[in-house]
Amino acid sequence: MKSVTAETARQRWEREVLEPSLRKAPERPVRFTTISGREIDRLYGPEDVEQLDYATELNNPGEFPYTRGIHPSGYRGKLWTMRQFAGFGTPEETNERYKTLLSAGGTGLSVAFDLPTLMGRDPDHELSLGEVGKCGVSVMSLADMERLFEGIDLAGITTSMTINSPAPMIFAMYLVVAEKQGADWKKLSGTIQNDILKEFIAQKEYIFPPRESMRLITDIFSFCAQEVPKWNTISVSGYHIREAGSTSLQELAFTLRDGIEYVQYGIDAGLDVDEFAPQISFFFNSHSDFFEEIAKFRAARKIWADVMRDRFGAKNERSWKLRFHTQTAGVSLTAQQPYNNVVRTALQALAAVLGGTNSLHTNSLDEALALPTAAAATLALRTQQIIAAESGVINTVDPLGGSYFLEKLTLDMERGAKEYFDTIDRMGGMVEAIEQGYPQKEIAEASYQFQQAVERREKIVVGVNDYVQEDEAPYPILYIDDTAGEMQLARLAELKKTRDNGKVAASLDALRRAGRGGENTMYPLLECVRAYATVGEMCDALREVWGEYAEVPLI
Amino acid sequence: MRKIRVVIAKPGLDGHDRGAKVIARALRDAGMEVIYTGLRQTPEMIVAAALQEDADAIGLSILSGAHMHICPRVMELLKAKGLDDVIVVIGGIIPDVDIPKLQAAGVRGIFLPGSPMQDIIRFISENVRPRVEQV
Repeated sequence: MKSVTAETARQRWEREVLEPSLRKAPERPVRFTTISGREIDRLYGPEDVEQLDYATELNNPGEFPYTRGIHPSGYRGKLWTMRQFAGFGTPEETNERYKTLLSAGGTGLSVAFDLPTLMGRDPDHELSLGEVGKCGVSVMSLADMERLFEGIDLAGITTSMTINSPAPMIFAMYLVVAEKQGADWKKLSGTIQNDILKEFIAQKEYIFPPRESMRLITDIFSFCAQEVPKWNTISVSGYHIREAGSTSLQELAFTLRDGIEYVQYGIDAGLDVDEFAPQISFFFNSHSDFFEEIAKFRAARKIWADVMRDRFGAKNERSWKLRFHTQTAGVSLTAQQPYNNVVRTALQALAAVLGGTNSLHTNSLDEALALPTAAAATLALRTQQIIAAESGVINTVDPLGGSYFLEKLTLDMERGAKEYFDTIDRMGGMVEAIEQGYPQKEIAEASYQFQQAVERREKIVVGVNDYVQEDEAPYPILYIDDTAGEMQLARLAELKKTRDNGKVAASLDALRRAGRGGENTMYPLLECVRAYATVGEMCDALREVWGEYAEVPLI
Repeated sequence: MRKIRVVIAKPGLDGHDRGAKVIARALRDAGMEVIYTGLRQTPEMIVAAALQEDADAIGLSILSGAHMHICPRVMELLKAKGLDDVIVVIGGIIPDVDIPKLQAAGVRGIFLPGSPMQDIIRFISENVRPRVEQV
């Protein structure tokens, strides 16, 4: 008979096998931690997952809580969408890149806008100096949106648009282009990022104060429920939180807590949870620590299912299922020895696939230096195709499920995220936590800790603080000059001369009235767009009504 | 002895402030007085901050590709205000072809991705103008 003090199988192994081995060959004197600083044990075994009940914690794919995936047959039916984020220069240049990506086997489009567009400024604003067409494509008005999608059938593809503060304006432009092509809004599918909370937390592309920004988002929820039911109204994003320096756990926790905030605001605006929750999607980073990332993706699905069913009482299964896009970690790419980035990206992409991502962007090897060349962008897409076609990981669903280490990490991630939820709930919610600077400070602290670990060489970045090569050949980059900026400035002046400016002014007045009152802002915005009002003009109209947000700079 | 005073600024529309904040904290931990302006600063605002704060150095963080517009303008304004002895360093994503042009415009230090914080701290300490000790 066993007594409670009897030696466990693990303890016996440690005494009989491990200790003698360590005496002969000690472990290296380093701390074994993930890239996020999480301590990892030497070995994981059955005792680490004793508490794990298969039916309630994991369950089969396609069944609540979806830890093993939302599709019963994984990637055997449909592969993930290979969606490469692209945009630079003029709408015509980007249109050409899209056609290249689609003909290379890309299965969805993803639009990168330039900073003036992202910040709701026209190219002639003083802060747009030198920024037009540099980090993405410049889209000032409906005319540019028409050029961007020229020859591309919007009813036949799905488009993701990375746009946040001016999401309603850009989305309205997309809808009007679709309308002009004769496409039925009810059949249109795609995503707008539309996630303002992570802008306040991490990427800082905010315009309006938090509460007015949240109102624009709930306006889109209710507009889409009526008019564009298949559109993904928001892509709640951890990507930027991670790029700003958070840990893997912080990315998971803050992103899902942002998701909770959006659902709560939707309900508070009078919407039925099952009417808008199925159109909420997520966007995560896939960083370099392989197992920690896979655990993060699996934990995300489980936490969201629990939250939607138990916290919000959602009845529709589609509200419970967390669907997500993944991008490999831009911040992990190095300017030194850029070819090493191909390997980093491949491993990160593999982690995303093993975590069950629904769509994926793989970064190009030259992105620590510039926007990618066409050749580099094609190689990035090929990386996904090699994983899909050659690695065999798609043959079975959740191939790593049941790994002692992975399941323990998944549990730990879930517990850690729920602790963060409690802290943020105590502050009154995510909007309040942001106003107090809480997630911002947590991320700044984590990013400083990581940088110090790199400086002390506790964390090795190959080619940067180890395996350094002095005689590197220069890498040929895509250089974006000021041609696009000059062309867009000329076009803006021309537009203001040729459009019906009386109609523009009237539509902007209607937008201001909606901003002051309670009317859904999407309807007046569609009228502004049809009149060829610019992004800057539409945002300025709401700036006049709501003011602008400014953060207190903290270090 | 008077502490070295550094203005760290994010010019332009970009909000990616991880690098600016990490370097601001590293300089502060190295004993410098750091004034972080925050986001979306025009060249005029940056030079005004340098003047007001009696800065020895300005650190600009630019990742967006707008450096060839912003840096020469900052240098021009510094000259106009008689602040030629304030050194300007830039960190960010700068194509090789732009480096000699920025140096010709008077930018003293250019730090590319992967630069150790210690190198930046050392560069600023060694290159700021010698100050007469204040009584």
